[in-house]
Amino acid sequence: MSQSRSLGGTALNTHLWLVYAFLYVPILVLILLSFNKFGLPTAWGGVSLKWYVSLAHNSAILSAALNTLIVALAATFIACVLGTLLALGIELRRKGSDKGHVVDTLLMAPMIIPDIVLAIALLSFFNLLKVGLGLHSIIISHAVFNIAFVCAVVRTRLKHFDYSILEASIDLGASAFTTFRRVLLPAIFPGVLAGGLLSFTLSVDEFIIAFFNSGSGQASTTLPMQIYAMIRFGVTPEINALATLVMLVSITALLASQRLNKAPRTHE
Amino acid sequence: MSALHADRRLSAWLLAPGFGWLLIFLVVPCVLVLVYSFVERGAYGGIDWLFTWENYQRAFDPLYMGILLKSAKIAGLATLFAVLIGYPAAYAIARAPRRHQAVFLFLVMLPFWSNYLIRTYAWIVLLNREGLINRLLQMFGYSGDPINMLYTEASVVLGLVYNYIPFVILAIFSSLSRINNELWDASRDLGASGWMTFRRIILPLSVPGVAAGAVFVFVLSIGNFITADLLGGKQVQMVGNLIYAQFLTARDWPFGAALSFFLIAIMLILLFVQALVARRAEGGRA
Amino acid sequence: MNNSSAVLILDKVSKSYGNGLAVDEVSLNIRENEFFALLGPSGCGKTTLLRMLAGFETPSGGCIYLDGKDISPLPANKRPLNLMFQSYALFPNMTVRKNIAYGLEMERLPQSEIRRRVDEVLNTAQLAELAERKPDQLSGGQRQRVALARALVKRPRVLLLDEPLGALDKKLREKMQLELKRLQLESGITFIIVTHDQEEALVMSDRMAVLDGGKVCQCGSPTELYENPNSRFVANFIGVSNLFEGVRSGQHTVRVNGQELNVETDAPLVPGQSVAVVVRPERLQVLGEGETCANQVSGQIVEIAYHGLDTNLHVQTAFSDKPLIVRVPSSQCEFAHFAMGMHVRLGWQARHARVLTR
Repeated sequence: MSQSRSLGGTALNTHLWLVYAFLYVPILVLILLSFNKFGLPTAWGGVSLKWYVSLAHNSAILSAALNTLIVALAATFIACVLGTLLALGIELRRKGSDKGHVVDTLLMAPMIIPDIVLAIALLSFFNLLKVGLGLHSIIISHAVFNIAFVCAVVRTRLKHFDYSILEASIDLGASAFTTFRRVLLPAIFPGVLAGGLLSFTLSVDEFIIAFFNSGSGQASTTLPMQIYAMIRFGVTPEINALATLVMLVSITALLASQRLNKAPRTHE
Repeated sequence: MSALHADRRLSAWLLAPGFGWLLIFLVVPCVLVLVYSFVERGAYGGIDWLFTWENYQRAFDPLYMGILLKSAKIAGLATLFAVLIGYPAAYAIARAPRRHQAVFLFLVMLPFWSNYLIRTYAWIVLLNREGLINRLLQMFGYSGDPINMLYTEASVVLGLVYNYIPFVILAIFSSLSRINNELWDASRDLGASGWMTFRRIILPLSVPGVAAGAVFVFVLSIGNFITADLLGGKQVQMVGNLIYAQFLTARDWPFGAALSFFLIAIMLILLFVQALVARRAEGGRA
Repeated sequence: MNNSSAVLILDKVSKSYGNGLAVDEVSLNIRENEFFALLGPSGCGKTTLLRMLAGFETPSGGCIYLDGKDISPLPANKRPLNLMFQSYALFPNMTVRKNIAYGLEMERLPQSEIRRRVDEVLNTAQLAELAERKPDQLSGGQRQRVALARALVKRPRVLLLDEPLGALDKKLREKMQLELKRLQLESGITFIIVTHDQEEALVMSDRMAVLDGGKVCQCGSPTELYENPNSRFVANFIGVSNLFEGVRSGQHTVRVNGQELNVETDAPLVPGQSVAVVVRPERLQVLGEGETCANQVSGQIVEIAYHGLDTNLHVQTAFSDKPLIVRVPSSQCEFAHFAMGMHVRLGWQARHARVLTR
């Protein structure tokens, strides 16, 4: 849709910038506040890093952050392995396979089901099996939707894949396993990594499912849970610093994921 | 590809682990919830394995129906505003030169990918009685009581719009960018004005994107918990809060399960409607 | 004419897919050190045949013998044949050098040997400066050279090429046709090429087979197929033909549209047999005043197609529905002032008219 063809030029552009303002002002306010010596919107007390410093000494937050890291890494690892295998299993089938639709729907489900429903479903499940709750139950739960995301990302990559390189490898004398190891995996690796980064971000930010499935006790509190508790029950200015840092991590991971996910350029 | 394709066994081995995980940790739990919705609550908050319709009957009680309807209303308003605000924004991006579009879209999506709790908390900072907006008003001479902006339906709608508008913009943009440029020219060539062309050609062709975005916002809004909890507090109870309460405080899991199925039913109906809209509109693409 | 023995023998090879036969009892003898072409329109089964040779499809019937041994049970990675893929199929995560070395690594050769052979082939293919680049940094022509090098470095018994020149533009294609031919002669390896471009097959191959509907229509040298097509299909597929349907009226005559044509054929006479007579455009002459020929017909020029060196005249005659196509040097065209609507007389020798029973 090129410029000369449409209507309402300046008005539309102004609207767009207003939307950007709407989206970013709250975030910028938080970031600014995190550097405010007074920590509250009451007044501006000058730039200060004291909230970041106090954050570093807050043991509850630090342990929650560690838990979150453990959960995210473990869930991402499981998701990358299982999700990639799943994507390969689906895309390598000959066309017109019967089970196609079932698998597709099953994969869409974790992404669109309301997270509170998923949270209580898993809680019920763990409860019924008398499995104790803790970090492990959060990891298992996170892996569920992470698998779906990794699978989706890798599948997109496989759609543009030139499968003849696999045949070329065999033609040149390699076994199926060597082909898998030396040709297929390296070729899809950027996609797997992109999916992994995406799933890492989702795990780090995820609150509801973790909240329901962590049981009680500080030992299995994740960072979002900690943040929620702080927001609900005791707002201290440290929270702004924490918020800024968490956003930084998510955004960096997302940027890296985008970079990796660029479709391969062909030289002509 | 037959060396690797034809091997059914290989395919099965590849699919099994992931499939298995999803089966055990997704399908079974959901089926369990369905089962729970048909059993009785035990005396001390556990489960009595007796079949009953009671949970669903209770759900139809005016009190709970009211909450469900209010949730639908809030979700509906959020959807409406998200689409009204998002459409012109998506249109503006679609007009931009192609090489800039990726950047514009990225900037729209970036907030969407940051932590949901934090994004919602940011609005508390702004809207609170001691929050930024009230402070600014005082700085500019306002001397009355601090304005109550939080813990109202409006603040919840605001929070929902804020959180989901990036996706709406993306969905609508997707639709708009697929419209063939030449359709616009053809319409003008045949004598239509800019506005006419928009109303009769562009708008109808962008409907699938609008539908996709709207369904997404509605489904996520009606099932949302965090925004209602943080920005609405006790004053605004939505289905999400209700389910939360059943599972954590009231310990009435079967009832919570029944309520969850309302959410799922709504979600499935809307997805079905959206798929219909998308399929009907396929023909208009030139 | 080499009297070398057959290196690859296809014996009644067939391939069926659910609803039909993609390859129908194809039997071919392919000789040592030969450049062989499988030619045919899309869907004729030539690619399926090639893939069966490479080992990626299993024949439903028949056998494939390489140097006298049945290779049908051998999996693709154990066959001493290599395939150059239409899309080149270069490994995107490996450099040019690693791509070429890959096949040798699979043979478990010592590193020093691998390095030596790869360097050798990099030099011959003029890829030395590109050795450390990745495929997405190469042009189409460069990628093709790498794909070729990768297959040839293994010194296969037979090299299979699947539409190798399809992605190149015309000038490059012509250059590569001669390049490939030279390569085959120098390496002494048997090449089997699959193509839908008959001109390409004519230029490059020593012998070729034309396929249609999974069957071999005719197999022979380019000259044989061009001068002596054995069926309407081959006559139409290769080059341009003037084709007339008629009935045999004598050993060397065929009646077409009421007129008797003089032909030369050894086929035993079956009176009343329906046949087609084929004459190539370059064998038709425009007769001048008073000139005669064994076969003559008059008509009107309805189209003049200039091709630079030559011009094709389309002449409408009462003799046949479709205009006859006559090829004349453009200089003659100028000299004789051929123009649209002009009346001309065409003639051709009896020995240049082929009779086809199929």
